[in-house]
Amino acid sequence: MTARASSLAGIAVVLAIGLAVLVLTPRLFELDVVLNVTVYMIMAVLALSLGLIWGFGGILCFGQSAFFGLGAYTYAIAVMNMGESTLPLVLSVVVPAVFAALLGYFIFYGRISDVYLGVITLTVTLILFNSVNSTAGPEFHIGSARLGGFNGIPGIPALNVPFFKDWQVDLEGMFYLATASLLLVYVALRALLASRFGRVIVAIRENEGRAQLLGYDPRVYKLATFVIGAAIAGYAGCLFANWGNFVSPTIFGLAQSAQIIIWVIVGGRGTLVGPIVGCIGIQWLTAALGANAPSETAGWAALVGNVPLILGAILIGFVLLVPKGILPTLGDLAAQLTPRRAKAAR
Amino acid sequence: MSAPLIETRGLGMRFGGVQAVRDVDFVLAERELRCLIGPNGAGKSTFFKMLTGQLHPTSGTVSLRGRDISRAEPHEIARLGVGIKTQVPSVFDGLTVRENLWIAAARTNRGARIRSVVDAMLEQVGLAPVASAIVGQLAHGQRQWVELGVVLSTDPELVLLDEPAAGMTDREVARTVELVREINKTKALIVVEHDIQFIRKIASKVTVFNQGAVLVEDDVEAILHNPTVRDVYLGKKVAA
Repeated sequence: MTARASSLAGIAVVLAIGLAVLVLTPRLFELDVVLNVTVYMIMAVLALSLGLIWGFGGILCFGQSAFFGLGAYTYAIAVMNMGESTLPLVLSVVVPAVFAALLGYFIFYGRISDVYLGVITLTVTLILFNSVNSTAGPEFHIGSARLGGFNGIPGIPALNVPFFKDWQVDLEGMFYLATASLLLVYVALRALLASRFGRVIVAIRENEGRAQLLGYDPRVYKLATFVIGAAIAGYAGCLFANWGNFVSPTIFGLAQSAQIIIWVIVGGRGTLVGPIVGCIGIQWLTAALGANAPSETAGWAALVGNVPLILGAILIGFVLLVPKGILPTLGDLAAQLTPRRAKAAR
Repeated sequence: MSAPLIETRGLGMRFGGVQAVRDVDFVLAERELRCLIGPNGAGKSTFFKMLTGQLHPTSGTVSLRGRDISRAEPHEIARLGVGIKTQVPSVFDGLTVRENLWIAAARTNRGARIRSVVDAMLEQVGLAPVASAIVGQLAHGQRQWVELGVVLSTDPELVLLDEPAAGMTDREVARTVELVREINKTKALIVVEHDIQFIRKIASKVTVFNQGAVLVEDDVEAILHNPTVRDVYLGKKVAA
C-alpha cells in the first residue's frame, strides 16, 4: 500500500506543478515566453512517447521522429483539404499508429534484434526525410495541399473546436491545449503502466524469455507498445504543426531523432517524469545557448553557441557519468538517504 | 486409452554438424515424477528446450496429450500448462519478489485472485519476508526459489526443473525435496539433477541420457547399480 500511496503522491505532485504552469504562465509572462513554453510542452509529449516504448517497453526506437513527422504532415495535408480539423486531428494519430503497426509487425514478428530495430527505425525516418525533401515541384501535392519539398508546408489552418470550424484555437489556446495534453498523456500512461498490460511490458523488458515461458507472447505486447508510442508521437506532431502553422522535412531529420533520445537519456529511462524534465531542460538550454550566439560571433562565443556540440557533450557526459538519467539517480539518492534518516530519527 | 501427458517420438536436434539429441522416445504419464540424469553435454537441457518450444526439433515429434507441439512457440506451450525452471535462474531481476510472482499469477488469474495466489506462493516458497526485495539483489539460492515460485504461480500441469538444487545449501536442498513431493501430488514433473542423493529422495523412475540419446530407463536403485550407467556417468560419485 505504501508503494501505491507514494505513486499517487507522485502523480499529485506532477499534476500540481502542471496545473501551476498551466494557470500561471500566461498570467506572468509575455506571449513570446508562452509560445516557447508551448513548444516545450509539445516536445515533452513526444518525449513521453519514447519514454514509454524505450524506458518501459525496452524498444530503442531511433526513429520516433518518423511518427512525429507523419502526424504533423498528416494533419497539415488533411486539414488543408478538409478545412475543418476534427478528422485531421484523428488522422494525425491513426496514420502514424497504422504505419507503426505495419513496420512493427515485420520487426517484432520477424524477430529482428534490438540493434537492427534501431537501424531500421532510423533508416525509415531518414527515408521519409529524403522522400518529403524531394517533393518541391508543383506536381507533388495531395489534394489541394502542396508538399513543398524542403520548404515545407506553410499556412496550416489551426485546430478548431471539434466540429465548429470557426472556433479556432489561438496562440494562448495552443498553450493551454499543449499543456493539458501533456498532463493527460502523462496520467494516461501512468494508468497504462499500472495496468496488467503495463506490468507485462516491463516484465518483457526485464526478461523476454521468461515472460514467454510464462505464456505471454512478447511480440504482441511489444507491437502494442510500439503502436501506442507512435500514436502519441503523431499527436505531438499534430500539435507541433499547429504551433507554428508550418511543417518541414527537418521534422524527420537526424537531429530531431537524436534529440528525442537525448531527452530520455538525460531525464532517465524507466520513469515518465524523466523524459519530460530532460526534454524541457535540454530545450531551454538549447534556446539559451542559441540566443547567446549570433551568427557572426567567433572564438569561444561561437563554441558556446554551437548547440549540437554542446548537446553531444551532454549526451556523452550523461551516458558515462549519470547513465540512469536525472530522475532515477535522484531517486536512488533519496532511497539511500531515507533509511539513514529513519535510523537517525530513532 | 488417453494419450500420455508428454510423448516424444524419434526426437532429434542437430546444430550444424553436432547431433545434440538423437532419436529420443520418451513417455511421461499424468502426475508422473521422472528424473533425467546424464553427463554434461548429454542433451538434457536441449531436450527440455524442445519440450518447451525454445528449440524446434530437427527431427521427430513432441506431443502433449496427443497434440503435436513440435513447432509451437514457447508461450503457446506455456499456455497448455507446461512450466520450466531453467538451469540459470531466469527471473525478472529488476522487479521485486512480489512483482515477479504477480506477473506469473496474472497470466492465469484475474482480479483479486491474483493477489491471493501471490500471497499463498510467497508462503509456500518461504519468500514472504523478502517479498518487497528486488530479485536481482537476492542470493543465488533465493533467486532459485523465486523462479520456482514464478513457475508454480501459473499453476502448470507439467513442471520441468533443470537442476533445482544447484547452488543451494543442504537445508535448502531438503526443502526443495519436500516441495517437489508436494508439487507431485497434483502435477507431473521432470527433474534434471546431478545430485544423486537428491534424486534418491524424490524419484521413482530415472531416464539416463548419454551423447544425446536415452541410454537406459529404470528405477533409481536399479540405475545406481547398472554397470553401464556407472561407467558413463556416475563413476566415483556412487563409490563416494
